[in-house]
Amino acid sequence: MNKLNHTKYRILKDILARNVMLGLTIFSLLLAVIIGIGLYIKSAPILHDHSLWSLISSSSWRPFKGEFGFLPFIMGTLWVTLIAIVIALPLCLLSGIYLSEYAHPFVKRIVDPMIDILAGIPPVVYGVWGALVVVPFIGDVVAPHFVEYSSGYSVLSGGIVLAIMIIPLIISILTEIFAAIPKELRDASLSVGATKWQTIKFVIIRKSTPGIIAAVVLAISRAFGETIAVLMVCGNISQVPHSVFDSGYPLPALIANNYGEMMSLPLYDSALMLAALILFVIILIFNTISRIVLVRIERRFAL
Amino acid sequence: MKTMKYPTEENYYDEVLTIVNDKNKKTMPSSNSNAPHISVRNLNVYIQRNHILKNINLDIPNKSITCIIGPSGCGKTTLLKTFNRLLERSNEIKITGEVLVDGENIHDPHIDITHIRKKMGLLSQRPCPLPMSIYDNIAYGPKIHGTRNRKQLDAIVEKYLNAAGLWDEVKDRLHAPANRLSIGQQQRLCLARGLAVEPEVILGDEATSALDPISSKKIEELFVQLKEEYSIALVTHTLRQAQRIADYIVFMYLGEVVEAGPAAEVFNNPKEKLTREYLSGYFS
Amino acid sequence: MRRAEELFFKTLMILATIVILGSLMMILFAVVKRGLPAMNWDMITKIPSGGFYIGKEGGLLNAIAGSLFIVIGSTFLGLLISIPIVIYINIYLPPKSFLADLTRLSSDVLFGIPSIVYGAFGFTLMVYFGLKTSLLGGIIAVALLITPILIRSMDEVARIIPKDLKDAALSLGATRFEIIKVILKQISPGITTAILLSVGRAIGDAASVLFTAGYTDNIPTSLSEPAATLPLAIFFQLSSPIPEVQDRAYAAALILTFIVLVLSLAARYYSRKFSKNKI
Repeated sequence: MNKLNHTKYRILKDILARNVMLGLTIFSLLLAVIIGIGLYIKSAPILHDHSLWSLISSSSWRPFKGEFGFLPFIMGTLWVTLIAIVIALPLCLLSGIYLSEYAHPFVKRIVDPMIDILAGIPPVVYGVWGALVVVPFIGDVVAPHFVEYSSGYSVLSGGIVLAIMIIPLIISILTEIFAAIPKELRDASLSVGATKWQTIKFVIIRKSTPGIIAAVVLAISRAFGETIAVLMVCGNISQVPHSVFDSGYPLPALIANNYGEMMSLPLYDSALMLAALILFVIILIFNTISRIVLVRIERRFAL
Repeated sequence: MKTMKYPTEENYYDEVLTIVNDKNKKTMPSSNSNAPHISVRNLNVYIQRNHILKNINLDIPNKSITCIIGPSGCGKTTLLKTFNRLLERSNEIKITGEVLVDGENIHDPHIDITHIRKKMGLLSQRPCPLPMSIYDNIAYGPKIHGTRNRKQLDAIVEKYLNAAGLWDEVKDRLHAPANRLSIGQQQRLCLARGLAVEPEVILGDEATSALDPISSKKIEELFVQLKEEYSIALVTHTLRQAQRIADYIVFMYLGEVVEAGPAAEVFNNPKEKLTREYLSGYFS
Repeated sequence: MRRAEELFFKTLMILATIVILGSLMMILFAVVKRGLPAMNWDMITKIPSGGFYIGKEGGLLNAIAGSLFIVIGSTFLGLLISIPIVIYINIYLPPKSFLADLTRLSSDVLFGIPSIVYGAFGFTLMVYFGLKTSLLGGIIAVALLITPILIRSMDEVARIIPKDLKDAALSLGATRFEIIKVILKQISPGITTAILLSVGRAIGDAASVLFTAGYTDNIPTSLSEPAATLPLAIFFQLSSPIPEVQDRAYAAALILTFIVLVLSLAARYYSRKFSKNKI
């Protein structure tokens, strides 16, 4: 009798634990939804006063007059992201192919941890480097060849710093994709007499195109959301940039920079939370799509 | 008749064209038809310090089917991969001894490795179509080696899809992705792809083991047809297949060649006790 | 011709790799060059006196302590959430379960959500509950940030636990709850790696603590007080016109970089034997 009770107690404990764990798992699934709802509730007041379209298409940002045009910030974000991807992608493709197809294991043993370190460096340190090295370099060395004046605090500086920041992410995904390509496929190409480079060019790159696109989309969403580093080098002037040497003011920087004052003006906090919501939704969509693509690739290749 | 041992790239394709234009002509450039096509002399292969192939001496005869049999793990596949030097892509491989193809040592450091691989069409265990259309799969090799002319490529694609018995099945959808084909069709496509670079030798690594019986019968029939023009070396661990199609048998055990000779002789009257035991199913 | 092309691209590839490694070197060099002269014993033993924007005297102890508290608190909270989830999807759910895959996908996606969004969300929560910027707020926001990392890197190890091990334990008559101990022991290297990775992320992140933990010159003594952090110490003090204050920013950058460097090398060392690390 006693023994039976004991067994019952054990099973009860098991079921209890199971339910707690299930609850936590569901909570983690709902977290994205909760974040979305939370941000939406906070940004509802401004959406009540202005239409979403008028907010994102207007370039007039005068919080004290109640004008909240997001266009400069959206353009700023797009500029730095575009520059970052244009710089990072070719470097990553070349380096990723080198590391996974050509590099001697000894080279990989040295380079891989260094890429890890690059991935681990905090954004604020990238920002310090950007302000110390990249900004003066752009302002004093590069810009004078092209424009009359640039302080160096520009979307180009932001793009360069951001490019270095997203490189480890892209490389690690690329090397994983290349490693997932079956050996037989390489053998098939090599055995008709193709060189290694031809095999890479015609077979490996083609086979990994969906993965490369997914990696780029992930990198874009990382770049969209990066805050502190770009905040430190972009200049933060609310204007639509017209050249790479103009200052820009990306969305996340806007949120981070104004948190102090945002409680003092009506709708200001609501506008900033809307900015966060816009970022969140775009990144959520991008991330979900590219992760699904990547998971599919992993499954399909793992024969 | 034109016989050339090592065609250069330029006249090689002229020759392909004449072959394409004149199907009755003897197709393959090759050496004296009685000499062994591949000769292996004192070959030793170590992978991560494990002695995988031990002092292999072996001839793959010209224009016939040689089946390499033996229990799994005996080094059959490793041996096959040393023939077209696909093995050394992995780390920590050490190879000593010689593999002579047409009297030329393929491990000679001065040799162009792609030239060696072009001579050998590989058919792997699992069909592995390249991520492109049916047409491009066949045209891939010739394009790599410099054929750009569309008409030439069309002719090559048709010729080798025919040779693999696939033309009638796919001629209406040449530009569909190759991975839409059934697995048996894919394997014949891979065979056609290998043939399209005009190899002299076909290497098959358990090429029918992933296929259904009907598809593997088709592949076997193709091999029998193809031995008129090519030397064929097949790794197989289905004894029945070897009995059906082999002209010569090589029996390997634990990295060594135990017995080699004409198929009838090895099957009916094996010299070694080990061979006898393997053939009668004592171990597999 | 095709040799020349291959050589050309191979050269480009090596150059690209050198550029990437060169940027790392440049970053480390810049931080060390400015940070090392600014380092002294006071930096790590004293708090700033007279305000962080203008105070010439004092060090970074407030930020070091604040970062430490936040990292410890958020890692603890994160483990509390993530370990049960990892256990659940790997032991309770059958292999190839949709819910498990969905959870993995969702933590991959949450991993990509920028820290500023977590910060903003944390802030809205705090407004809702009437909290001010505080250590607790910082801990919650950072815990949200690192939980996906914890889940994913522990899950990678938990996934490859041999089924036999589970079966062996279960066949002794244990309930699933009772084999958790065995499983935890089995994935302990994964837990170590996960902690190292998430501590690296937690200690370096500025945007999530900006709204939630605030900033102060003092060492917090309770969960409801605001807390300074190293990244924000860099961010705020760099904008000061006073060189001594800027020096504090550079010293903080050096400390932070050093910590992160050690953490990522240690994580690599632990994870190398078990799996490729995804972060």
